Amino acid sequence: MTSESRRTLAGEIFAATGVNAATCYQCGKCSAGCPMASESALRPHAVMRLVMQDRREQALTDESIWLCLTCETCSARCPNDCDPARVIDAVRELSIEAGSADMPRTISAFHKAFLEQIRSNGRLHEFGMVMDYKLRSGELMKDVTSAPGMLTRGKLSFRAERIEALDEIRRIFEKCGVTP
Amino acid sequence: MRGDAVSDGALADIAYYPGCSLHGTSREFDESLRAVAAELGIGITEISDWSCCGASSGHTTDHLLGVALPARNLALAEEQGYDTVLAPCAACYNRLSAARLAIATEDGLAERIPDVIGRRFGNTVQVRNAVELLRDAAASVEEKVAATLTPNPLEGVKLAAYYGCLLVRPAEVCGYDDPEQPTSMDEVISACGADAVDWNMKVECCGGAFSVSRTSSVVRLGRAIIDDARAHGAEAIVVACPLCHSNLDLRQKAMALRGEDPLPILFVTQVVGLAVGLTPESLGLERHFVDTEPLIARLIEQAAARDAEERRVKQEAAAKAAERAARQKAGAGAAPKDGDAQ
Repeated sequence: MTSESRRTLAGEIFAATGVNAATCYQCGKCSAGCPMASESALRPHAVMRLVMQDRREQALTDESIWLCLTCETCSARCPNDCDPARVIDAVRELSIEAGSADMPRTISAFHKAFLEQIRSNGRLHEFGMVMDYKLRSGELMKDVTSAPGMLTRGKLSFRAERIEALDEIRRIFEKCGVTP
Repeated sequence: MRGDAVSDGALADIAYYPGCSLHGTSREFDESLRAVAAELGIGITEISDWSCCGASSGHTTDHLLGVALPARNLALAEEQGYDTVLAPCAACYNRLSAARLAIATEDGLAERIPDVIGRRFGNTVQVRNAVELLRDAAASVEEKVAATLTPNPLEGVKLAAYYGCLLVRPAEVCGYDDPEQPTSMDEVISACGADAVDWNMKVECCGGAFSVSRTSSVVRLGRAIIDDARAHGAEAIVVACPLCHSNLDLRQKAMALRGEDPLPILFVTQVVGLAVGLTPESLGLERHFVDTEPLIARLIEQAAARDAEERRVKQEAAAKAAERAARQKAGAGAAPKDGDAQ
């Protein structure tokens, strides 16, 4: 691809992933198998179409890209190996970079709380993550009825496991430029 | 650095990457895996100072982060002298395998990763999941089951093997089984003497990481999976993923079952453990939200009844044979009557 075409959305995605969205012939098999299709305004084949048509604004700002479960069913079934899952992954990254992310608050809160746990402990402390999630999402009462059951089943620990080489984890986050 | 591995020397030790869930909400997966590995003589040793693989939050946020976090653990395993990592959690398995593939195939990544993780890394370690490990050990599972003195509670029980997404997709990352029609877990179930049912939702998604952030989707997807398993006669669903387990087990209460009994969700390692005679307690079966006790109690009772019946039939046959032998002895030399001819 030329530097000219890299400025198109399809070009940028090709440069980042090696996937050429233009090979999608819109058969819709990806969307037929998508578990979130019934809840998404933009189904996988529609995201592919927007990328092909260079409709950056619509592709990057639609909530649907955040409803993707990354289950990979679309890519597994694509008859032309277009890898919609990888394209949607790339669209999400571009959306964060462009600051245009319209990620539902709960989903963004979950990812941030999850990564913050890794950054501060090296491992996920589930109880800490859920508390942090509640504060970030505002869903304070969410799942409080599950907590006693989790405790009696020995599934919830108040104490976080922390790895020794925490500096290595901090380094990874820094090198990747990610701050949860 | 091989720690206190349980090994009979028959198999080389495998580096064990439990991942965060197996140290937390899915500790019964860890307990049952360790118990079953010991029983089968598979030596596993936890990687020292392992860290989180980043799961879907890692690669959804940043591609490099999604590769670097798992890569640190592969590098640790390599440094600690292993050539194979066992990652029972489907998400960990998927992320470790995806990182391995990305580093092997993406331009410049192999050179970049050592700098990002601050470690030497040759990308030499294989990644395997628990289903794959048990499938490859199916013959020794069968032998163990046959050699177990207590009657096998799983004999003939209908179980639905549920693979979900991350064990089988993407095919180029996982590749140990077919992405649409996998059979590895069914083979493990059969090796345990149980019946793996044919059903439609083997590789459907359970809603994964939306468990907390979009529970309504998880309830919708889980309901469809449980309905289909039940429609095909399954008495329990078998999983190998902490997230699938929690979405189908913990969230089943929210699925507004229409008067049916809840369907127990078992880890594949718990199934193997039961078949080789381990106790439900040692397999952490009491830790589930859907009570497994009624099913297990019924299965143990049925197995005992079946065993008693088999023994009765055998005893009867033996008694008849003895009787016949005694009669033959008594009547030796006398002409046989018509009725004794056969």
